[in-house]
Amino acid sequence: MEIPKSFLGYKRENGRSGTRNHVIILPVDDISNACAEAVSNNIKGTIALPHSYGRLQFGADLELHFRTMIGTGSNPNVAAVIVIGIEPKWTKKIVDGIAKTGKPVEGFHIERTGDIGTVMKASKKAQEFVMWASEKQREECPISDLWISVKCGESDTTSGLASNPTVGNLMDKLEPLGVHLCFGETSELTGAEKVCATRGATKEASDKFMKTWSAYNDFILKEATDDLSESQPTAGNIAGGLTTIEEKAFGNFQKIGNCKFVDVLEPAEEPKKGKGLYFMDTSSAAAECVTLQAAAGFNIHLFPTGQGNIVGNPIEPVVKLTANPLTAKSMSEHVDCDVSKILSREMNLSEAGDKLIETTLRVANGRLTCAEALGHKEFVMTKLYRSA
Amino acid sequence: MATEIIIHDQKDNVGVVVIEKITPKQECTCWIMENDSSTSIQSKDEIPLGHKIAMNDLNEGDTILKYGHDIGKVVKSIKKGEHVHVHNVKTKKW
Repeated sequence: MEIPKSFLGYKRENGRSGTRNHVIILPVDDISNACAEAVSNNIKGTIALPHSYGRLQFGADLELHFRTMIGTGSNPNVAAVIVIGIEPKWTKKIVDGIAKTGKPVEGFHIERTGDIGTVMKASKKAQEFVMWASEKQREECPISDLWISVKCGESDTTSGLASNPTVGNLMDKLEPLGVHLCFGETSELTGAEKVCATRGATKEASDKFMKTWSAYNDFILKEATDDLSESQPTAGNIAGGLTTIEEKAFGNFQKIGNCKFVDVLEPAEEPKKGKGLYFMDTSSAAAECVTLQAAAGFNIHLFPTGQGNIVGNPIEPVVKLTANPLTAKSMSEHVDCDVSKILSREMNLSEAGDKLIETTLRVANGRLTCAEALGHKEFVMTKLYRSA
Repeated sequence: MATEIIIHDQKDNVGVVVIEKITPKQECTCWIMENDSSTSIQSKDEIPLGHKIAMNDLNEGDTILKYGHDIGKVVKSIKKGEHVHVHNVKTKKW
């Protein structure tokens, strides 16, 4: 298949391109959710991103909170941002961080005004932003403007057999065209960690990966009461035919094809070393992982599933694919790309990869994903430890 | 083309059943995905969907290769065509 050299996206002030044109109402903290949701209810075409945290966090956990907030607002799928927080200082910090992209952003704090006054002021600004954004047109953007993140979920044997290798095939074909790619799921790589480390493009990247994975593994060993052989693989995995944790990890690992990663990112950290594949230290929980990848600037997500994970994200479209014929049939409203014909050998891996590239580009050009049409907007902050 | 078993990588010594189950003495077509080629094997056991079949005779201590990688060790010898799972293979991790 001849891969198209461009897609239709929204060009942003900082040179990035978006696959979506959202105006978001971003609460700084849990207690500002009500205000943010009231604004998005007033002003049609905006979305509020309520979440559970943002008070009394400290240290690395607080840094991650700010990185996720600023990164989400800075994502090129977002045209403009209203930030609402309880107090002025943290609100301003997030506004200033997003303003570096050059996009319209304005902050409002609730203290000394109350919800009703804040909702009124923020709604007026949100209306101005959404009407401005509504005139933005899609333009031709080079395919290298795609930043594609991947993560699998509700995996079964069909994931390792076919849907994950399909994503790997797409990566092998798109990586030479200069796209950014990102995989994560530190915990799920256990068993394949040494082989994964050899996929570092440089010794530095490999060492950084082993350091990240070891930190995770030390945490598990510290908390674990046994050797994990009772829980990894799970009873369900074993019933499905997975024998060892290594086998499960290598199934997951198929998603990166033959690509090498250029760097290891902190959760929600923006890649800074140019095009290519990045590994991000993330949880393996679907919504947390996608939220972090979106905050790092990725503008389209590929999600292979076996039994049928249904996750979505408010700003980064999540494309689902499955090779499980039962899932493709019984949960068809969640499946953007059905590659189940691989199992019956009616489709080879390269054909499946082409089909996924085609689906990805249609979504990049504006076609709604199943998760978007169904209203999935899971925005889940990762929290490293308890608050003060 | 009807395929009962998928093998990921040319180097693998196990394949995965992709039909509901295979029965003892069934002649099975295997698809090697890596190079899109075919081979065949006669099964010795009943093996369900998603589970593995041994492509060679394997001795205790041998390494199981899937995706071209080490996924564990043989703890009880396995004959070509037999079911490969937790009863005869263990992780090398713990």
